[in-house]
Amino acid sequence: MRAFAELLDRLSLTASRNAKLTLVRDYLAQTPDPDRGWALAALTGELTFNAAKPAFIRKAVEARMDPLLFRWSYDYVGDLAETVALVWPQRPGANREPELSEVVDALRGATRAEVQRLIETWLDALQPTGRWALLKLMTGGLRVGVSSRLAKQATADLGGVEVAQVEEVWHALHPPYEDLFAWLEGRSERPSPDAPARFRPVMLAQALDDAVDFAKLDPADYAAEWKWDGIRVQAANEAGVRRLYTRNGEDISHAFPDVLEAVAFEGAIDGELLVLRDGRVAPFADLQQRLNRKTADAKLMAAHPAGIRAYDLLSDAGEDVRTLDFSERRKRLEAMLQRSPSPRVDLSPMQPFDTWAELAALRADPPAGDAQLAEGVMLKRWTSIYEAGRPKGPWFKWKRDPMLVDAVLMYAQRGHGKRSSFYSDYTFGVWTTGPDGARLLTPVGKAYFGFTDEELKQIDKFVRDNTIERFGPVRSVRAEPHAGLVFEVAFEGLQRSTRHKSGVAMRFPRINRIRWDKPPGEADELTALETMLQKLEGR
Amino acid sequence: MIRPQDLLCPRPEGLYCAPGDFYIDPVQPVARAVITHGHADHARPGHGAVLATPETLAIMGERYGADFAEAAEPCAYGQTIARDDVQVTLVPAGHVLGSAQAVVRWKGLTLVVSGDYKRRRDPTCPPFEPVPCDVFISEATFGLPVFRHPDDAGEIARLLRSVAQFPERAHLVGAYALGKAQRIIRLLREAGWDKTIHVHGALERLNRLYGEHGVDLGPLEPATTARKQDFAGAIIIAPPSATADRWARRFPDPVTAFASGWMQVRARARQRGVELPLVISDHADWDELTATVDEIRPGELWITHGREEALARWAELHDIPARALALVGYEEEDDD
Repeated sequence: MRAFAELLDRLSLTASRNAKLTLVRDYLAQTPDPDRGWALAALTGELTFNAAKPAFIRKAVEARMDPLLFRWSYDYVGDLAETVALVWPQRPGANREPELSEVVDALRGATRAEVQRLIETWLDALQPTGRWALLKLMTGGLRVGVSSRLAKQATADLGGVEVAQVEEVWHALHPPYEDLFAWLEGRSERPSPDAPARFRPVMLAQALDDAVDFAKLDPADYAAEWKWDGIRVQAANEAGVRRLYTRNGEDISHAFPDVLEAVAFEGAIDGELLVLRDGRVAPFADLQQRLNRKTADAKLMAAHPAGIRAYDLLSDAGEDVRTLDFSERRKRLEAMLQRSPSPRVDLSPMQPFDTWAELAALRADPPAGDAQLAEGVMLKRWTSIYEAGRPKGPWFKWKRDPMLVDAVLMYAQRGHGKRSSFYSDYTFGVWTTGPDGARLLTPVGKAYFGFTDEELKQIDKFVRDNTIERFGPVRSVRAEPHAGLVFEVAFEGLQRSTRHKSGVAMRFPRINRIRWDKPPGEADELTALETMLQKLEGR
Repeated sequence: MIRPQDLLCPRPEGLYCAPGDFYIDPVQPVARAVITHGHADHARPGHGAVLATPETLAIMGERYGADFAEAAEPCAYGQTIARDDVQVTLVPAGHVLGSAQAVVRWKGLTLVVSGDYKRRRDPTCPPFEPVPCDVFISEATFGLPVFRHPDDAGEIARLLRSVAQFPERAHLVGAYALGKAQRIIRLLREAGWDKTIHVHGALERLNRLYGEHGVDLGPLEPATTARKQDFAGAIIIAPPSATADRWARRFPDPVTAFASGWMQVRARARQRGVELPLVISDHADWDELTATVDEIRPGELWITHGREEALARWAELHDIPARALALVGYEEEDDD
C-alpha cells in the first residue's frame, strides 16, 4: 500500500505528462504482482469501490476525537478524505500495513458491515499518505489527474511496445493483469485479443498544411468527407456482445444504451458520436449533456438522442477488414448499413471534388445543412489500409479556419511544472457597456498556449511590469483603453453559457497572435461574439 | 497575592515584563528586549539593549549589521541574568541555532516563554528542555490535529528517490534561509548525499555562520556557476520565494520541492505549484505541542500565536486552564 500511496501522492501534484509516465512506469516496474495490477486497474478506472460513504468515515473519526477539533480541522483542510487521513487517532496494536491486494480482495469479497470493521483496522495500521490513498480508493474515484490512456501508455512503456498493442488486448484482460505483465516483461506470449466486440486501436489523421501538402498530393488519390464535431467512437456488435468505445479504448457503453440497442449490424464500425435529431446533427453543446456520465436516463435520452455517423469499417461479420483499402472498406460499410439499417446509425456522406481549389471552396463555404456544423474536412487516401496510430500521409484533417477575436489580457496566473516561474495562463476579456453606461471589460475565456517560449518570456515580463493586484498565484493586469495588452484569440466554436458572466463560452481558445501594436481600446466588443453566435445558431 | 499577569502581560509592542522592564520578542523597537531566536519576526533591529544567546546575537549581527542594537548582552544556555528583580534564564528550544526559551522568575513565580520550538532531533541545534513552571507560554503555529509531521529522514528519502527517478531534472528545494536550509543540508548529508549542494545567494552568509558554529554542511556551491544542463540531477536549496521566481529559470525542468510543515495540506502545495512537498518543520506539530503541555503540566497555558483556539480547546479538555494572548506581528512559518 505504501508504494501505491506514494504514487498517488506524487501524481496528484505532478503536471507534466512525461513525469506522470515515468512515475507510473517505475511503479509498475518495481511493484510485484498482483499489487501493480490492482493499481493499474484503479488508475484506468476498471476498479472502483463504493465501500464507505463519507458519513460513515466521519462518524468513525468523531467517535475517536473531539468533534469540535475535527470540525476545525475539516474546515481548514477542506477535503474529508484528506482531513481524516491526517487527524486519524491511531490505536496501538495494528502495526502491519496492509498490501494493496489485501485491501482489494477484502473490498471485493466482504460485506459492507465487514468492510466497515476492516476500515478502522487499516486506518490504524497506515501512515497518513496510506490512509489518504485508502480512503480515495474506497470512496470511489482517485482523481489524481491520470487518464486511462496515460496509464496504458505507461504500461506499454514498461514493455517497450506501442500503446495500440496494449489497447488491442486490453478488453480481453482482467485485473490484476498478470498475463499482461508477463508478456510485457518477455516471460510469455502476447495475450490473445480475440474477445468479441473488443476495442481496435484507432487510426488518426495528420493535420494538413495546405501551404505545403497540396503541391505533393494528387486530388484523385483522396476521398473527402466532412469532419464531424462530435467525439470519435468505435461501435462493435459481435457474438451477442455490444460495446461502444472512445478513441482511447474507454468503454462508454453504459452511458449510451440508446445507441447500442439500435445497432443492427454484426461487426465493428468507426464513426462520430453525435446528437442526431431526425437525422440532423445538433451542436456539440448538445452532445456535452451526455458525456462524462455513468448512465443515461430516459428523459436525457429523449431530450438528447445520440447516434453514430459511420465513416469506416473495421470488422464485417467476423472478418477483420482493416487490411483492405479504404475504397473497399467504404463499399462494404455502405452495403452493411443498407443490409442492416439502424435508426441511430447513418453514413457520413462522401464529398466529391476534382481539384484542391474546389475542395477549398467547399470548406470555406459549406452547403446548407449539417455540413455547416462540421469542423472542417477529412481527406483519406483511397488505397489506405486501417493502421493504428497516426501514420504520415494516408489521412489528413483540414480544419476550418478558426474564429478570431481581439481580446484584452485581464488576469494572469502562474503555470505549473516547467512554467512555474512564468505567468502563463491568461484570462482575457472584451468590451461591454456597464449599467452606468461606462465601457468595461468582461472576461470571455482563458488560454495557456499558442505562443512560443520567447513570446511567453515577453508576456511574463509584461505581466510583472503591469501588475495591479495579486491574489495568491493570480495577478490582475493593467487593462485600460490606452494601456494593456491585446491578444488575437483563435477558437473553434462558441456556445451560450450561464456559467460565464459574459454569457458565451469558447471552444479551444488559444493565443493566435500577440498584438503589441494594438491599443486595448480597439479590441473587440462582446457584441462581435454575439453576432458570431447568432450566425452559428441561425444556420 | 501575586498573579502571573503581574510578571508578564501582552502589549502592542509584544509580551512585556513590568518588574524587569523588558519585552520578549518585541515587534517594535523598545528600550530593553529579550530575544528568543533569530527569525526576523522575533528578532528585529533597533532595540536599546538586547539579551539573547551568543548564537542569536551572531545571527542578528549577520542579518542587520553589527549595530543592530545599542547594547547586546550574550547569555549562554543555562546562565541566569538579573533584570532588576527578575531572573532570566535561557534554555534550548530546539527550533534553530541559538533558539531559546526564556525562563522568567520573580517572587517564587516561574513563567516560561517557549518562543518557537520543536521536540524532535535537529542536527543543527540542541534539543528542547522542558522546565517546570506556573505558566507555560507556548506558540501554536501548527496547533491543529491535522499537523502531524512525519519522520524527517523519510521525507529526505522521498527527495532522494525523486532525484534518482528524474536524473535529467534539477531538484529545487525551497527552505527558509535561517535554520531550515541548514537542517535540510545536514539531513541530506546524514542520508549519504555527499555531492555538492547548490545554494541560492541569500543562504550563503547564514550557511557560513552555521559552519563557524560547528555545523558541517559539506561541499556547497553558489547556484550560478554551472551551465543549465550541469544542474541535471543536482539538488539546489533556495528561499521559498525564489523557487517560483525568474531566478529558477536557470535550471533544467526543475522539480519544485518545498520543505515546510504547511506542506502537510495538499491544497497548500497545489496553490504554490509545489510538485514535491516535504513535510519538514522547525515547529512543534500537534502531537509535540500537546505532549509538551502534558509533560510540563503548567498551572496555566498561555498561547502566543498560531492556531490558538484548537490548542486551548485541547487544554480545556485536559483540565489545564488556557488563554490565547492574541499577540500580533508573528508570521506563519515560510508564509512569504
